[in-house]
Amino acid sequence: MQRRPFTRRGVLKASAGAVAGALAATQVKAAAPEPAAVTPALIEAAKKEGKVVWYAAMDLPVSERVARSFEAKYPGIAVRIERTGSERQFQRLAQEYTAKIYAPDIINASDAAHFVAWKRNGWLAPFVPEEVARFYPPEHRDADGLYATSRVYVSSLGYNTNLVKAEDAPRSFMDLLHPRWLGKMVKAHPAYSGTIMTATFQIARELGWEYFEKLGKQKVLQVQSSVDPPKKLALGERAVMADGNDFNVIQFKEAGQPVEVVYPAEGAPLIVCPNAVLKAAPNPNAARLFQSYLFSREGQQALCDFAAQHSAHPQVTEKPGRTPLAKIKVMKDDPVAVEAQAEEIKARYSKYFGV
Amino acid sequence: MAIALPAESAPRPHKIDLSWPILVLFSAVLVVLIVLPMSWLFYYSFVDRTGAFTLGNFRTLVSDQSFVDPLITTVILATSSSIFCCLVAAPMGWLVARTDMPLRRTVRALVTASFVTPPFLGAIAWELLAAPNSGLINKAWRAISGMPQDEYLFNIYSLPGLIFVVSCYTFPYVFVLIANALDRIPGDLEDASSVLGGRTWTTARRVTIPLALPALLAGALVAFLQAMTLFGSPAILAIPAGFHTMTTKIWSLFNYPPKPELAAAASIPLLVLTIALLRAEHRILGRRGYSVVGGKQGDPRLVRLGWLNWVALAFVFLVLMCPVFLPYGALLNATFSRVATTLIWFDNFTLHNIHFVFFELSATKLAVQNTFILGVWSATVGTIMALIIGYLTTRRAIAGHRTLGFLATAPVAIPGIVLGVGLFLSYARPPFVLYGTLWILFLAFVTIALPAAYQQMQSAFRSVHTDLEDAGRILGATRLRTLRDITAPLLRTSVLATWCFIFVGVIRELSAAIMLFTSETKVISVLIFDLNESGDLGAISVLGLLMLAITFSVVIAVNRIPGFGGVRLRNT
Repeated sequence: MQRRPFTRRGVLKASAGAVAGALAATQVKAAAPEPAAVTPALIEAAKKEGKVVWYAAMDLPVSERVARSFEAKYPGIAVRIERTGSERQFQRLAQEYTAKIYAPDIINASDAAHFVAWKRNGWLAPFVPEEVARFYPPEHRDADGLYATSRVYVSSLGYNTNLVKAEDAPRSFMDLLHPRWLGKMVKAHPAYSGTIMTATFQIARELGWEYFEKLGKQKVLQVQSSVDPPKKLALGERAVMADGNDFNVIQFKEAGQPVEVVYPAEGAPLIVCPNAVLKAAPNPNAARLFQSYLFSREGQQALCDFAAQHSAHPQVTEKPGRTPLAKIKVMKDDPVAVEAQAEEIKARYSKYFGV
Repeated sequence: MAIALPAESAPRPHKIDLSWPILVLFSAVLVVLIVLPMSWLFYYSFVDRTGAFTLGNFRTLVSDQSFVDPLITTVILATSSSIFCCLVAAPMGWLVARTDMPLRRTVRALVTASFVTPPFLGAIAWELLAAPNSGLINKAWRAISGMPQDEYLFNIYSLPGLIFVVSCYTFPYVFVLIANALDRIPGDLEDASSVLGGRTWTTARRVTIPLALPALLAGALVAFLQAMTLFGSPAILAIPAGFHTMTTKIWSLFNYPPKPELAAAASIPLLVLTIALLRAEHRILGRRGYSVVGGKQGDPRLVRLGWLNWVALAFVFLVLMCPVFLPYGALLNATFSRVATTLIWFDNFTLHNIHFVFFELSATKLAVQNTFILGVWSATVGTIMALIIGYLTTRRAIAGHRTLGFLATAPVAIPGIVLGVGLFLSYARPPFVLYGTLWILFLAFVTIALPAAYQQMQSAFRSVHTDLEDAGRILGATRLRTLRDITAPLLRTSVLATWCFIFVGVIRELSAAIMLFTSETKVISVLIFDLNESGDLGAISVLGLLMLAITFSVVIAVNRIPGFGGVRLRNT
């Protein structure tokens, strides 16, 4: 099957430029459905369904926070979140759909490649919330209106400031290969986490697999989710995180915990997380209402403020004191390539890291 | 001379004896529970992805280093845990059953507590205690000894750490077997020894201990099997350290893209090893199963320890620190502390975790509900099945009772994760699509519980004389009616104990559930496992304590903590 020119190359530049030229991006491709507004009829129908199930490979406190704010805005619609890592979720959805079990209404993943696969499978429902059509830059929404970018962040390095002095902290991925970090690092797993799958792909592309081969000999503490390395840092269980995400570290730092983010000199892997309504959604109206809320300025602003992530919605403002995405040197993402190489990435990874 | 029998003139109204239908029904149920999943497992292990016959899966198993290593690790883990358990449980069992050490009942109750504690929860609690840098014990030790920051006393993320944690929650099995055996060694033999001039220690050495040895051996085997088939603890402690055991390896084969053929093939060694070990145990213990020593219960002679009492008590409580006091303390601390591994003080006390679990975490309600439904139904149905099968086999009520007994015992040879794989392969496809419903979990839990429940009911039936039942039968009641009106009430205590046993087993089950759950059918154990993968230790602690609270309150409410199954049952 011939894929559409779906490339996230230059997303950094695009998202930086997006703020300036957002309104220029209102042109919707012919294939996408008409933008849908939140009508009283939709709200009524959603309330009748009374619930919505969200498969969300997101940090649980973040997704539950979004869910509670949705429930506050639309009382009577309960959001239930099913959380696991993106790669696990990908397998779970396939397994459940094969057995003809259709539980989720909406889905979020930190591995954008999954949406390429789900689109090909015909599992996603075409639905474009009004604000997505009006404000989101084209590289952050699917040309056929099946999904859009719900949040953006990077997989960064980080350290515990009680255990590492600022001047000793690693500055780059290559720094991590120094013997001084032997047994002192924590790292998440690409067979579990979409963030880490995406990051592993980008790092291997930029630095070569030799980097991971060497890192595999550094006796890392191997956790699963990309949200766990920041937590292990905050506990003081390890001094440095070799990957993970920047937003948890920022959240913890703002809460007064002894952690600090490092954006690696080579560039931080860029993580773009789409969200979509599923075609087989048991609660289709509540699903659409939630999708509209999540992509609204209100929903995006709340998400960014609480979670320290970035929005593709140009009207969302960054909290003072946080580094805007445009100021971070990032690597380029490439979901299509990730999809093609996922199996190989997992196999090579477990060869170098043992699990 | 002819005597007119009243029966000839007035035939008794014919009552339908349901024995045969029941035999057929129960056999069919057991076939569905055991034979079908295992057949699919074997089928899958011998086919490739296209469905063609192959030995390739097994070839991969023995030639690929990523399968050979976990197998070796598993053998090391199981052997060491088994030895470790025996070294600890044997002296403890002896102290509790055969000496005048104070607080013996308390000790038994605390061993029960470590038995009902889910091993995966224990593993997470031990992360809080003995993670090399952030673990509470390591931090305390550094504060006391002035050890530098980057050194540690314990590293729980290691093979020795895993062996230790697995042993913590496996030794109760060994303890119960040994304490049971020692309880039932007739005092007469020991009396004979002392009459013949043997001193206390001579008697212990030459009479008591040799009599208890078969139980020790059985305990060693049970511990080996437990350690080998455990999934949660290795998943929590081995994977961070960068190695797999067989169970975690099998589970990882269901990562995308799933490789059910390899998973099935990798399950076979576990299955074969389990069956071989159970055969060995059977041979060692003869046909008496777990009842090691027969004979009438004489009062056991208690060894007077004197001042050694204090040494003994210190030893016992030191042991119980590991599975009970320290982990429970760590979980309590993490529940109320802002940072899971910082001791609670005024400045970091928080109720946030409790609020999060009960008011924010949207999976809590459904998981608690599912767990409760499954626990109650599995325990009820499992107990009824064990009751009926136990009756049919001990009373030899019907032809074919041996087959029935065998089928009811067979699941003991199927490790939870293997059963999970088998059930998944059987019931995620037409004609019986049970995957996605609570039924498939229910089947798994009943199957897992049945062997132990059946053994308990069987020994309970043996303790009830048949006179009363015969009287009922002579007076014209059917077997079922006698069972319901006479035998069952007499066995009330045992029935309740079995019910609790299954209920507790369901609450703590993870290895089969992890293969079979969907988002709608999640149980607490799976939820805790999920939370562990994203490092939400505060939420885990709340859920873990909730789980323990449910377990303990149900057990206490139903039966004021029985000495889990075996101990009480044999005394009824």
